[in-house]
Formats: sequence, C-alpha cells, structure tokens
Amino acid sequence: MLISPRKLAAAGILGMNSRNHDFIGRYNQRHLYPLVDNKLKTKRLAEKYGIATPKLRFVLHHQYEVKRTARLLAQRESFVVKPAKGSGGKGILVIVGRNGDRFVKGSGVEVTLHDVERHMSNIIAGLHSLGGNPDSILIEDVVQCAPWLAAYSYEGVPDIRVIVFKGYPVLAMVRLATHASDGKANLHQGAVGVGIDIATGCALKAVQQSRRIQIHPDNDIDLHALQIQDWTHLLEIAAGCAEMTGLGYLGADLVIDREHGPELLELNARPGLAIQIANGIGLVPRLRHIEALDTVHQDAAARVAYVQKAFAADMALAG
Amino acid sequence: MSKISFYVIVVLLIAIGVGTAWTRHTHTGEAFLPGTQRVVWQVEARVHFTATGDPVKVSLALPDATQRFSLFNERATSPGYGFAIVEKNHQPRGEWTKGSAQGPQTLYYKAEFVAQPRRAGKPLTLHPFAVEPVDWPEPAATAARQLLDAAREKSSDPASLIREIVKLLHAAPANQDAALLLDQGIDKAHLVARLLNQADVPARVLMGLYLEDARRRQSLSPMVEVYTPQEMIVVNPDTGEQGLPDNLLLWNEDDAGILDVTGGHHSSVKFSMIQRLVPARQIAQAQDSLFNILGVHILPIESQSMFKMLFLLPIGALVVVFMRLIVGIKTSGTFMPVLIALAFLETSLIPGLISFVLIVAFGLVLRNYLSYLNLLMVARISTLIVLVITIIAAMSLIDYKLGLSTGITVTFFPMIIIAWTIERMSILWEEEGPKEVLVQGSGSLLVAVLAYGLMTFKPLMHLSFNFPELNTVVIALMLLMGQYTGYRLSELYRFRELFKDSGHAD
Repeated sequence: MLISPRKLAAAGILGMNSRNHDFIGRYNQRHLYPLVDNKLKTKRLAEKYGIATPKLRFVLHHQYEVKRTARLLAQRESFVVKPAKGSGGKGILVIVGRNGDRFVKGSGVEVTLHDVERHMSNIIAGLHSLGGNPDSILIEDVVQCAPWLAAYSYEGVPDIRVIVFKGYPVLAMVRLATHASDGKANLHQGAVGVGIDIATGCALKAVQQSRRIQIHPDNDIDLHALQIQDWTHLLEIAAGCAEMTGLGYLGADLVIDREHGPELLELNARPGLAIQIANGIGLVPRLRHIEALDTVHQDAAARVAYVQKAFAADMALAG
Repeated sequence: MSKISFYVIVVLLIAIGVGTAWTRHTHTGEAFLPGTQRVVWQVEARVHFTATGDPVKVSLALPDATQRFSLFNERATSPGYGFAIVEKNHQPRGEWTKGSAQGPQTLYYKAEFVAQPRRAGKPLTLHPFAVEPVDWPEPAATAARQLLDAAREKSSDPASLIREIVKLLHAAPANQDAALLLDQGIDKAHLVARLLNQADVPARVLMGLYLEDARRRQSLSPMVEVYTPQEMIVVNPDTGEQGLPDNLLLWNEDDAGILDVTGGHHSSVKFSMIQRLVPARQIAQAQDSLFNILGVHILPIESQSMFKMLFLLPIGALVVVFMRLIVGIKTSGTFMPVLIALAFLETSLIPGLISFVLIVAFGLVLRNYLSYLNLLMVARISTLIVLVITIIAAMSLIDYKLGLSTGITVTFFPMIIIAWTIERMSILWEEEGPKEVLVQGSGSLLVAVLAYGLMTFKPLMHLSFNFPELNTVVIALMLLMGQYTGYRLSELYRFRELFKDSGHAD
C-alpha cells in the first residue's frame, strides 16, 4: 500500500532527500556539526550559554582509564554511560540501580561490572561513533524524570524532541520508552512518539513503530491526556540552541528533571522525519513559513511567542 | 550554484560523453554493441613473370585505401625478394627487388580492407589534374570532332557531356564516328577520357577492383575520372554510370601502369579476393586514430583486465545511488553492496549468494562467541578477519572434496569488508534486533544482486570497457539524482499511517 507522492506533498510531508538537500545542506554548516555530534562539546557549550544539562561525572578518553573508572562506578547506585560521538542513541547504557554486585539496567536486565567495562571499551574503540573513529565516554547522572511525565513512560526517561528551524520551534514530540525499546526513547527501537502541539503543549497523536496508538502499550495510560508543563519555557530553551550552535535546522532533545527542571540531553543536526507521523503534521508548510519571514526575531522568547501564535491554527488538523 | 548552471553542467557532461563516444564510433568503427562484426576483404595480387637472369625490379601499384575502404593490414610474400613500399605521385607502389633471378617467378601482395561506412555528401578526395592535349590522326580527328559536337548539342555541363559521349559510343545501330574511334585500338575508358580532354574537360583513366566474394584471377577494371571545378566524377565507361561503386576498390589513380617489371618478361598480375568477418573491436583497435588514445586497449592485457573490473564500478555506484536516493533501501554500509557484487562477478551469482550468506551467518555465530571474551574492538575485528578467511578456506576445501567448483573463486570475497559486515550486523542485532539485521542484510543483497545484474549485462560491460568516456554520463546521472528532492519510494510507504485513520485531517 503506497501513498501517492502528490498526496504526501499536499500534506506537506518532508522527505529524506528534501530534508538533506533543502534544509540540512542549506542551513547547517558542516563545520558546526562537531558541536552537536560530540556530546562533550555540546555540554560545554550549553554550560557557557547557561542551558542546564545532566550532571557530568566522568569523562574517559583512553582505554587505561576504563578499569579505574569502573572501580569508581562500582560505588554508584545509578549512572548513564554515553559515547561522546554516538548517533541515534547508540551505545547508551543506563544503570538505574544495584542488585548486590550487579547493575540493573533501565529495562530491569542485570549486568556485571565486567559487562560495563566491555561496553566502555567498545565505546573507546569507536564501535558506536560515526565512521568507527576512537571515541570518548561521558558518564552522567541518571535524569530523575518529573513524576507527572514519568508516569507516561515505561522503564526509562521520556525526552522531548523539538525541531528548531532558524531558531523557531516548528514541531515537537515526546518520546516515551517502552518495554520493546529497552528503556530507550528511540522511535525506531520501539519507543512511543507523542506529537505535542506547539501552541499548548498538549498531546496531538501517538505512534509506535509508525503505527497509530492511543494507549501506552505497557502501562495502559491514555496518551492523549498528556500535557507538558511549563511548555513555553521548554520551547525557549530549545529555540536558544539555535544561537548556541549556529545550526539552522536542528533537533533538540530535552528532558525534565524532577529537581532541576528542563535539561538539554543532546542536539541533532540531522533530526529524523518520524516526528511528522507522531504529529500528523507535515513539516514543509511550517518550514516554508519560517523561511518566508522577512525579519527574524532576535530573542528566543519572541520566536517562541511567534510560532505559538502562527502555528496554533494547526490545531484544527489534529481534530 | 544556480539551477541553470547546474543543468548546463549536466547537459555538457552528457554531451561530452555521448559526443566523444559517437565520434569515436564513426571514426574508428568501435561498435556500441558487443559481438558486432565487420566485413573484411582479403585481396591477393599475384604477380607472375619469367625472369631473364638479370637484376629484377618489380613495381606494382598498390590500392588507394583512402576512399571507401581502409587498409586493415597488408603484407607481401616473396621468398628471396626485398620488398618496400614507395610513394610515387601520391600513389603507393610495392617494389620487389632481387640481385638476379631465372625462370618463372611468383610474387604475392596480400592486403585486408574494411569497407568504411559511406558518409553522405563526402566528396572523393582525388588529386586534381589538368587537361591533356589530344592529338588524333585523320580520319579519327574528324570523327572525334563530330561525335563531340553531337554530344555537346545535347548536354549542358560536364556530367551530361559524359553521359552523351558514353551513350553515343554505345548507340545501336552504331554511330559511324563512334565505330571509327572504337576501331583505333584504344579501350573504351581511354577513348572516353581522350574525348573529354578534347572537350577541355580534364579526364583520365583510373583502375579499380570490383570486390566480389571468392573471386579468383580477376583483372582491374578501368574507370574514367573526370575533374570538374565542382567535383570529381568517376564514370563507368561501359555503362555511363557516374559515381564510385560501393564495391570498387580503387587501385591506382594515374596512368602510370599497374605493373612494371625490369629483368623479366611475360609479366601479368591477377587478383583473388575473399570476404571474412572480423570483430569490430579488432578493426577499431588496429586503426591509428587519435581517438584510440582514449581506449584502454593500448595497455598491457594485465592492466586491461583490471580496468575491465574498474570500469564496472561506476555502474554499481549508480545502482547504489538510485536504490538509496530514489527507492530508499537500507543497506549495511553504503558501498558494501557494490563490493559484494564485484565478488559475485568472480563467483557467479547463485554460488556467490550462497557462500556469502553462509560466511556471514557463520561469522555472526562466531562473533557472538567473541563478544563473551570482552575483546577490544580492533582485536575483535582482526580476529574476525582471520576467522572469515578460515571459514572461506574450509568452505573451499569442502567444496573441492565434494567436487563442486565454486570453492577457489570464493577467496576473492573482500574479507575485510565481510568482517566489518559481520561486526556491524552483530551490533545491529544487539541494538536493534534481528529484524533490522534482516532488513539491512536483504537490502544490501538486493542492491548487490541488482548491481551484479547490470554489471554482467553484456551491452553495458561492452560500453563501460570500450567507451570509458561514457562515465561522464554516469556522473551526470549521479548529479541529477543528487539533486532529486522528491519522495523516496520507501517514504510513500513509511508515511502511510498519516493517512490511514486521520479522516478529519483530510
């Protein structure tokens, strides 16, 4: 069953080729990529711009540091191991608790210290990095998700993906971990994507594996009841990432910490297209709308205010 | 870069590639399709004479291979004689020499000719000459004058004059003037030429050989060559037909004589000919053309076969570009499918597919075990490479023992690529599950099989090797696809959910 290209175009769906050619190729300068492809650089940059990120505990650059760090980790209850240059959530290990000597992953699976060491060795060797280049490891605190949002997720921290074009948030969704996604908030791994209305922060639609759903498959919560609190503030943080990196077309991944509020998890210079399915809204009309603006608002808050008004009419689409 | 200059470049690339290929095709006869054969005429001139014991010098006019035919190769066989080709009055002549000879002698000149495609409007390039003064004894002079007057009356230009002269010479009942002139002991060709010269139209006799398959002991046929300010006209003096017949090989242009023997008598020359088919490539490559510089066939055979493979790569790359950008198929590793396809070229498809799947499957099992050993990645992949080689060696051995023959060629699989593939697939399995492995694995194989199909498609193989300049067309196609910003075929499926139950969205 195929949709006719004309129908897709009429719905304003952005295709992969057009995304790469018309937006990423045109608005994202190559030399800025390392800022987002390397999580360590993103973190340092965010610090400079006063954008909160999860607390960084260790940074490892060399294999010999692995053993030593593993020993230090043995004393910690929970932590997240991330490759600095991993893409698409690859190579992220989330340890949420302990069971004696063993570490409990977000999904409840238990692993040994040995497994954690092996994972770190793999990262250092470049297994998860783009092009297989040697990589560094970031070890961060696990985000303690705000309970009102955590309730929607299963075994994992939900994150909020906002597509920011020329500094204007254009489309957003919440990604909820499922049992199938192993506690990870990655759509192609089986996480649930819930489209969020830019104007209100209310859920629009929910999809899992490109299929429309209304109830979370693991905890039976009605996803349509989801509303993001403090939505405008969150959008302003996302919008600010454009100035921070200089990228014209980017995806900002944010989490909401129980204590610290919204935090920037990572940025993506090649954000995926599935967000359109989660929203039931095509990106093209909004991108063209922003592209056609005569003057760009200098202030992130002004930009958010603008899109919240300009894209509010799209509510009708969501029904 | 603006859209216009982009398309200009694309059009230019296509024009350069196709233009060069076409020019080369017309100039050297390099065929666009494999297996094209061309007719080659093998002509043998057999010179016979009786030597008198003195120093011998035999001079034979050689064919003029600049008109409808081109010389493919030539040689002279004549034991004990020295042979050289000399040029006299723009005419090549073969000269045999020997200190002394006695008795009957036979000399051979053999040459092969290829008919050139007739190019419309291409004039003959003969050498201009002037009117020769004519001097008839009476009463032939009067007869010639009267015949010319009769012919002039009915003609307006040299072409029609020739027609009328030939007509009068052949008139039945015989024209009296014509009959008298024909009785003068000169052949018809020379008679026509003399009459034309008398009418102030430069004309002379040239000799040609009619090429007909499997003819022996043929003589040359005289033709009348007429030079008018506009063009050269070649006339058959027997029929009055104007124009150079397609199967007439011009032998010598001026009246110098076909054969000239000193130190011998009773000389004669006879021609035999036979027609054979030769692959067009062979002929094209034998030619000394500027365009042949572009062909790789001037390289040693060893490098040629390397280029044969190399020039197939662009086709594979084009398939990858198409499958990824237009169709949107996921493959593991961008160009790995091309490398697999190259390996298939060595193994042939089905055995290649079977061994590839077996090697990767077996490798995945071993890789799974390796992951328990907690190795550093470089060491792990290196181990994997050795294991892959071992698997291939083992398969070859088993193959050989079973009496199958695919074993040896399997070794050409790019081991390192396979090792990486196994590593990637294994990680993919851990991170995204077996479904993604299956999707990307079968995607890679599909692209590889498609690339293999095109790379073994005979006309494409022929074009890629013989017309490497067509690569500019491949580049142009890649540029065009690189600019394609429409939906991929897979996206028409991917976004289907947007339209399924969103009744109110429509």
